[in-house]
Amino acid sequence: MDWSERLTRSSQHLLGHAVHFTRALREAGVTVSPAQTAVFAESLSAVNLLEPREFCDAARLTLISKREDLARFEAAFTKFWRDLGLGGVPDELLGNLRLPPPKKPSQRPGEVRDTGAPKNRDPNASPQTVVDRALTFSVDEVLKTKRFDRMDAGELEQAKRAIERFEWRIRPRRTRRLEAAGRRGERLDMRGTVRAALRLQGEFVRLKRKSFASKPRDIVVLCDVSGSMERFARLLLHFVHALTQGRVKHRVESFAFGTRLTRITKALERRSVDDALREVGATVNDWSGGTRIGGSLNGFNRGAAKRVLGRGAVVLLISDGWDQGEPNVLARAVERLQKTSHRLIWLNPLIGTAGFQAQTRGLLAALPFVDDFLPIDNLKSLGELAQHLSNLDSRRGARQSGAGRIKTT
Amino acid sequence: MRPQSIEATLTALEAHGYVAEQSLATAVFLALKLERPLFLEGEPGVGKTEIVKVLSKMLGTRLIRLQCYEGLDVSSAVYEWDYARQMLEIRLLEASGERSATTVRREVFGADFLVKRPLLQALEGDTAPVLLIDELDRADEEFEAYLLEFLSEWQITVPEIGTISAAQPPVVVITSNRTREIHDALKRRCLYHWIDYPDYQKELRIVQQKVPDVPAKLAQQIVSFVQRLRDMELYKAPGIAETLDWAASLMALEVTSLEPAALEDTYGTLLKYQDDIVRARAAARDLLAQMQPV
Repeated sequence: MDWSERLTRSSQHLLGHAVHFTRALREAGVTVSPAQTAVFAESLSAVNLLEPREFCDAARLTLISKREDLARFEAAFTKFWRDLGLGGVPDELLGNLRLPPPKKPSQRPGEVRDTGAPKNRDPNASPQTVVDRALTFSVDEVLKTKRFDRMDAGELEQAKRAIERFEWRIRPRRTRRLEAAGRRGERLDMRGTVRAALRLQGEFVRLKRKSFASKPRDIVVLCDVSGSMERFARLLLHFVHALTQGRVKHRVESFAFGTRLTRITKALERRSVDDALREVGATVNDWSGGTRIGGSLNGFNRGAAKRVLGRGAVVLLISDGWDQGEPNVLARAVERLQKTSHRLIWLNPLIGTAGFQAQTRGLLAALPFVDDFLPIDNLKSLGELAQHLSNLDSRRGARQSGAGRIKTT
Repeated sequence: MRPQSIEATLTALEAHGYVAEQSLATAVFLALKLERPLFLEGEPGVGKTEIVKVLSKMLGTRLIRLQCYEGLDVSSAVYEWDYARQMLEIRLLEASGERSATTVRREVFGADFLVKRPLLQALEGDTAPVLLIDELDRADEEFEAYLLEFLSEWQITVPEIGTISAAQPPVVVITSNRTREIHDALKRRCLYHWIDYPDYQKELRIVQQKVPDVPAKLAQQIVSFVQRLRDMELYKAPGIAETLDWAASLMALEVTSLEPAALEDTYGTLLKYQDDIVRARAAARDLLAQMQPV
């Protein structure tokens, strides 16, 4: 549901909420007089309630009279909106939204603007809610850094909603197909050049050019759903679903594995996340069982890999690395996987754990063949992943070879 | 001359040196009979390209081959203009005092200046050629979309000249190594056939036919060993092409019976991944032992 729909529904209650808000502001230590509250209420009839920026401005203009209170105001406002169930709005209100870029109204003569970072902010004021630029959704700091397996049902719901709103972009891949380009094009377009010349009595005045076209990069997800991953698996599948349904049309191929590999791409292509996850649950047989990462990856390398890794795909391997198989088998499988993919990113929910070290022998053996080893245990790490993907190098990184060879007898 | 039955197709293919499975012969026969493109998929080295060459020999027609790759576009697959000659012609016309832009354009974009690429070539001639569109999985979706149109209309439009259509549609065979899935719409337009590895008897006949000097016993050992290798979990199981290379290598090394030493010297003709060679080496003794009764 779009936030404005939600807001429309709740607008009749808005006045009541507004009164609550002034109370909340007082609790936060801001002095608000009854007269200010009355002006605020009046101002609400003059602004477009569906325009959150206007609403926020109205509140700030009418209720706040000291620069020192601005931080408290913003913190209280963020909380107020979230309590209204409009979690996505506050970023926008605070001017931190990245996409689409906020329209900045031109400064009117004499208008004094809040320039963002006041120099002499009250050091005792509660810290302002800073929106992580890597996250295009808004949740508070606590939730953002809370591990998925420690969240209660309500928080999980919020996290899922945040994940659904997430915008995933991977830097596009340059294809070998040429398309018409401006003067900076890297190849000469002879056909276009001759045609242009004919229009000028055969004078070759301007050279037409072409450039290589770009396409969204393919993504392959290999998700561990074995017993040790149980606490994370559902939420992470939510994430894979969001990735599949993303607005940028990446081709996403997904596989789940425990002791063997199951393709879940079709299931996750279902629009509704609930239907999708239900189907995944029905498709995957070794849910919450043992783990043979090496064996599963080998199965992938020998089979599906040949069909889905052809076009320089980014591979996201989601696993905690608890492998019951032979370490060398895992290392060799990971090495092959790396060599056939554009970039191999191992996402491990345990990295975030205090004192975590890659200790399992399989993981230790495999790590040299992983391009990135990143955490995926809370919303913040997802945000960082998104950031990482959007800045991905268009060339393959330097790689080594020689994962533990099988000893010949 | 097109064969009139599946049996005749099988015989004709064999007469031209291709040992085919019954099912493949059926596919070829139907493709010719129904004038439908034949879509062949299978692991590399199972003889997809080979059958097309044989087919053109069998039919006594030209073979036109289009090798696909990413970015394959109209100027490489269909037609291109000869720009150097066009530029020269513009200058010549200018020198002769021709000033009418229309005339110049008509001259320069005439059929004489058209460079025909495989798809356009395939529409020409009185007898239908065999058109091989090889490894379509390497091309991109844009080309696939173009091909879909070509396969349904059997005509090509060159804006400057007009529409060129075939007197008789070419015999089209499309191959794919399945490095990605080809769109359903295209496959639906074709007869689809998956070429599998041949069984022992078939492969033995192929080896004896292609490497005639190989002693009967060695041929049996070679085929038996390869067939067992294919049962192992390898990244790239050896195809028929590899079997033949291997047989030829063993002949060149004057090997008369399959022994570990000979095997060790020639793994590279059979297997193309170091990991696979390591696996095969580990299993070689067992494999050789299993073969003894043969």
